[in-house]
Amino acid sequence: MKQEMVDRIKNDPDYLRLVQERSRFAWTLTIVMLVIYFGFVLTIAFDPQLLGTPLSEGSVTTIGIPIGIGVIVSAFILTGIYVRRANSEFDELTNRIKAKAKGE
Amino acid sequence: MKTVLLTLLAAGVAFAGDALGGEVEKQALNMSAIIMFLIFVGATLGITYWAAKRTKTAKDFYTAGGGITGFQNGMAIAGDYMSAASFLGISALVYAKGYDGLIYSIGFLVGWPIILFMIAEQLRNLGKYTFADVASYRLQQTPIRTLAAFGSILTVVLYLIAQMVGAGKLIQLLFGLDYEVAVILVGVLMILYVTFGGMLATTWVQIIKAFLLLSGATFMAVAVMAHYNFNFESLFATAVEMKETTDIMAPGGLVSDPISAISLGIALMFGTAGLPHILMRFFTVSDAKEARKSVFYATGFIGYFYILTFIIGFGAIVMVFQNPQYLDVAKQAIDGGAPILGGDNMAAIHLSHAVGGDFFLGFISAVAFATILAVVSGLTLAGASAISHDLYASVLRAGRADGLMEMKVSKIATVVLGIVAILLGIIFEDQNIAFMVGLAFAIAASANFPVLFLSMFWSKLTTRGALLGGSLGLATAAVLVILGPTVWVDVLGNAEAIFPYKYPALFSVSAAFVGIWFFSITDKSDNSRREIEAFEAQNIRCQTGIGAEGAVEH
Repeated sequence: MKQEMVDRIKNDPDYLRLVQERSRFAWTLTIVMLVIYFGFVLTIAFDPQLLGTPLSEGSVTTIGIPIGIGVIVSAFILTGIYVRRANSEFDELTNRIKAKAKGE
Repeated sequence: MKTVLLTLLAAGVAFAGDALGGEVEKQALNMSAIIMFLIFVGATLGITYWAAKRTKTAKDFYTAGGGITGFQNGMAIAGDYMSAASFLGISALVYAKGYDGLIYSIGFLVGWPIILFMIAEQLRNLGKYTFADVASYRLQQTPIRTLAAFGSILTVVLYLIAQMVGAGKLIQLLFGLDYEVAVILVGVLMILYVTFGGMLATTWVQIIKAFLLLSGATFMAVAVMAHYNFNFESLFATAVEMKETTDIMAPGGLVSDPISAISLGIALMFGTAGLPHILMRFFTVSDAKEARKSVFYATGFIGYFYILTFIIGFGAIVMVFQNPQYLDVAKQAIDGGAPILGGDNMAAIHLSHAVGGDFFLGFISAVAFATILAVVSGLTLAGASAISHDLYASVLRAGRADGLMEMKVSKIATVVLGIVAILLGIIFEDQNIAFMVGLAFAIAASANFPVLFLSMFWSKLTTRGALLGGSLGLATAAVLVILGPTVWVDVLGNAEAIFPYKYPALFSVSAAFVGIWFFSITDKSDNSRREIEAFEAQNIRCQTGIGAEGAVEH
């Protein structure tokens, strides 16, 4: 990549917005995932009995079951949230940046 | 308590070795399984023939021409991840410990969203064939490629040994073949797929197997649930009755101290993001958008698969445990309890018989074999790429190798790796290899991942920092695994481990990051200044994909 193009793109407001918005979004989702997972694992490490609480009076199923499945589902949902926004907003910004880089 | 925890952990991450290891008895020849397996082999060799005609250039060989779709790649990634060891190992863990099996599989899954948010698109935009392309993008080629290739080959070989030994034992058990015959068969088929069909054949073998495995597991889970009118409470209630304990419904000893919990989590998350055969899959799609979609699909398939294995594990408790048909009477006479034939790892296999008879047992056995073949093929291709693309073309020939010669080298490397895998598989037959997958994950997390991650996100990274810090992470991981309980106690037979934790990732990953940071910021050479300046241009390509490798039309 030529230096002149680098200078042009790095000052493109669309580029700045893409980098800023996407990294904020990606880090937010990463932190959400880490909090969910390490929250789950550390609950087990510090208070294993908590997840062994029956779901309702007299049931065998414990609250750990829906919570565990919930962690799996949350991982999938988080990827879905990211892909949805990236496919529309981020891709649009990227296409604009690319068009400008090629055109001018 | 600690030993209980460690043994459980051994049964977990290192299940490729542990789960499928130990003494196994050779079974009688299983004809329906063999016929279905032959059909699979025939079909995949057909695919290899088809792929071979389309594999003309180095790009075809390494990345299937870059034309795989996001959905296909998601399926292939899921296939790479759903090894026979994780299918049989996790359902065995659920069968034996109940809830702990679920905790384990969750650890394996949560790395995927992180890969999507941080790595997948960036990797696609910057790389060509291997993750070393990205790590060395603006750094000095020779040292960084050598380090990355070394990390890749080490990861691949450790993983391969675990898979080959597991394969030999499993096939012995399922098909009644000799251990050596089984290992040689796996090695030869894998060499055929990879050398002739390259990434295209490897990917399609993986996709087909993932489809078969998901279908088979779905059938088993539905059959189990149909038995209980799709009511989880009655399934769990029966399981608790059979086991005569409610312990299986709550966390047991898998994660009991916070350090191990965090260290295990880091190993699984960052290790996944540093496995060369997984990272390589991101170069098979056409652009960042497809790379991103592939992780979305992969996360869905893998998560779904783990939910199925949880149901399968419980299904095995109610249908296999204490079922006289699967009881190992000889073993019961010695050890008491209610051991099943072939050990806990056969829980899912016996369940397939319980719900679907001999025919379905044959199907699941054939799928398990197919799974091993597909996974070792992906591993071998990743190892061969590190040798031919990183070491031969980039280091030895300083980037001036011609594509055809490079492809020839990678084919030779595939054959050599295949033979090495067969030999190591035979040598390690009776060794305790439970530590190998754990070590592979530790090295991937401590050497491959930090260098890759910082090369993309930290402008001040220099060659010196990456080289010294990455090597430090690798060495720390290796030394701590050797001094830890899995090698020092279980393999070398010492009474007490020098390093108390089974998972060194918390310490070795930290060592790598601190090392890379320190040796980078203290690097004041002209070289480092140029490398820092080059970050801007790299970041533009990383963020937008301008200048990235495209797909080829066939």
